[in-house]
Amino acid sequence: MATEILMPALSPTMEEGTLAKWLVKEGDTVASGDILAEIETDKATMEFEAVDEGTIGKIVIPEGTEGVKVNDVIAVLLEDGESMDDAVIDDSQAQQPVAADKEQSSETAPAAAKSHPTPAPSDRTPDWPEGTEVKKTTVREALRDAMAEEMRRDENVFLMGEEVAEYQGAYKISQGLLDEFGARRVIDTPITEHGFAGIGVGAAFGGLRPIVEFMTFNFAMQAMDQIINSAAKTLYMSGGQMGAPMVFRGPNGAAARVGAQHSQDYAAWFMQIPGLKVVMPYSAADAKGLMKTAIRDPNPVIFLENEILYGRSFDVPVMDDFTIPFGKAKIERDGDDVTIVSFGIGMTYALEAADKLAEEGIKAEVINLRTLRPMDTATILESVRKTNRCVTVEEGWPQGSVGGYISSVIMQEAFDYLDAPVITCTGKDVPMPYAANLEKHALITTDEVVEACKQVTYK
Amino acid sequence: MPPKKKDAQPNVSAEELKGYYRDMLMIRRFEEKAGQLYGMGLIGGFCHLYIGQEAVVVGLEAAAKEGDKRVTSYRDHGHMLACGMDPKGVMAELTGREGGYSKGKGGSMHMFSKEKHFYGGHGIVAAQVPLGAGLAFADKYKGNDNVTFTYFGDGAANQGQVYETYNMAELWDLPVIFVIENNQYAMGTSTQRSTKSPSYWERGAAYGIPGEEVDGMDVLAVKEAGEKAVAHCRAGKGPYILEIKTYRYRGHSMSDPAKYRTREEVQKMRDERDPIEQIRDLLLTGNHATEDDLKAIDKEIKAIVNESAEFAKESPEPALEELWTDIYATEVPQEA
Repeated sequence: MATEILMPALSPTMEEGTLAKWLVKEGDTVASGDILAEIETDKATMEFEAVDEGTIGKIVIPEGTEGVKVNDVIAVLLEDGESMDDAVIDDSQAQQPVAADKEQSSETAPAAAKSHPTPAPSDRTPDWPEGTEVKKTTVREALRDAMAEEMRRDENVFLMGEEVAEYQGAYKISQGLLDEFGARRVIDTPITEHGFAGIGVGAAFGGLRPIVEFMTFNFAMQAMDQIINSAAKTLYMSGGQMGAPMVFRGPNGAAARVGAQHSQDYAAWFMQIPGLKVVMPYSAADAKGLMKTAIRDPNPVIFLENEILYGRSFDVPVMDDFTIPFGKAKIERDGDDVTIVSFGIGMTYALEAADKLAEEGIKAEVINLRTLRPMDTATILESVRKTNRCVTVEEGWPQGSVGGYISSVIMQEAFDYLDAPVITCTGKDVPMPYAANLEKHALITTDEVVEACKQVTYK
Repeated sequence: MPPKKKDAQPNVSAEELKGYYRDMLMIRRFEEKAGQLYGMGLIGGFCHLYIGQEAVVVGLEAAAKEGDKRVTSYRDHGHMLACGMDPKGVMAELTGREGGYSKGKGGSMHMFSKEKHFYGGHGIVAAQVPLGAGLAFADKYKGNDNVTFTYFGDGAANQGQVYETYNMAELWDLPVIFVIENNQYAMGTSTQRSTKSPSYWERGAAYGIPGEEVDGMDVLAVKEAGEKAVAHCRAGKGPYILEIKTYRYRGHSMSDPAKYRTREEVQKMRDERDPIEQIRDLLLTGNHATEDDLKAIDKEIKAIVNESAEFAKESPEPALEELWTDIYATEVPQEA
């Protein structure tokens, strides 16, 4: 049976080309791999090889022809013993079966017109049952306790990172873990973030539950490709066959006087990536309950801690297995006049501002988001529909900020409820300076939050 | 590349030889068909063919056992066929259809099979190297004797993360075989133009990792070296490097104008060193198979490849709902 040779597409974007030169003539026998013709695309002249063996029965498009459309018949290949006269042309290859299901074109895709998922109703149940005994615990201890509990619970959980074992953690988060779990499960790495993050992702593909500590998230930039391209996208790219159930954790944001390269809030960066979950706890209870959930989650979780919060104490419930679900914000203060939304260390400014505002008779509702992806937009919207005003607070930069996203959600879901524009309080749009006075001004301040709240309440 | 002289022919049966012939021919015919479907517009985007390099994966798979893992770059079709993945599922992924290994959501460069322990299919040069070491880390942690074949090219061999990984793999004695498929060109840049240290396997010495150079056009030489590397890893001695000298006949991807090397260079390699022709000669001259036997294999493969192409054309495009699935897992995936 004869085969039609079609004008090939020789690049991802080629639609037509010039048949520059035939390197065979009618009657020639060809084998797979032989060069048949030279074809010019918009980018280059390329050689076109035979796929099947046979005899060139007919050259349909002469050389020098311009504008030959992809998939036009350019020649006919005959099988042994066949002639053009008795050729039965197998045109099964010439079909254009692209888009097997034409009705399902991309125009009818059920893509959400909105830029964010529709929020589910908010969940206001308390984090722990009333009457539960609580214990003052630092964020540092809470994180360590959460990891230890999960390592006792699941043999496949292990911790790796710089100075996590013998040094007991650069910020003492892993204190005591080496003693309890041994060097097999608490692993000091060389200072090679790109490499050990990738090894962690591979170990997760292989069935383990790694916790990868970055000494600070500034150093995770070296590992960004493994976090985004390998950890976050593999579940999708594999059609659901395999993913990376693991936690990347460490301190994030400004500490104190460590300059531009060690003082950056990455919340907005990671929050953008589908496939990642992003947690940024404020209190010790948040840290403990969310860390345990993060370790159990079957997806890659970015867990953004804060060095300044490590030493602060909060009530943590004394319970066998205390967890906090992702996507559940906490209302830290009730109020009717203005909604302040924050997360992580931003909560410090938000709560201080609420106290100051209360002195002036302005009642602020303060929402602690706790997880940025998934984000509990339902709780934000419910509050804004009540207060009609919103101020967001974060240490990160203004352009492409978490507050910017929250503001867009409010615009799309609760525009008619707004009595003032949403104000996004952020860090200043500058690299972090070293000088003490400049650093103080580069960060968000409580006074700026107070001022913003007064502005939206017209007070 | 000068052919490496072997002292003696390894002891292999006629059946094994025929198996290697069949497996290599399957990859070649599959890739030729993929090239054809690309030309017809049925395969889009990037498509990197493995033609010429078949002996590498077929030789190493001959040294593997059940449970061993493999991970590679974006030039991955050969690896998938060699580890036993279904040609229909691979071809349908190339055409972006529901019947593909990733339901059409991965494409040529991003395919996986948990069942066959194939961990991709990675589109970022050298990213698979630490991933491979991580897979080996998991096996060592669990205490089994599996090894991971981590494939990468001469281009990737200059990436920093490779050396971070060498350091940790040797430090922790990970059972990983680093397979450098040196096809002499990183896209269009020859090894001579990208390094003054072109003996890539020797770089392992800086980290204490042993290795060797292997003639990648000779499937038996690859198998022999693979067995040695596997034995080293399974014995708990840590990683091993195989630099396999090979050659790709086709362009880097489908849109490669091939201006960086001569047609004569490619033709000479095809005429004198072709891995499939070498085994074919061995089978015929050693009277291990007749022309008719080999024709029967050719015919069988042609049928399988055509069937895969038909499947890849007829399988429907993924349902539009698939756009929104597999972004987050709801359960922890269990190891196959």
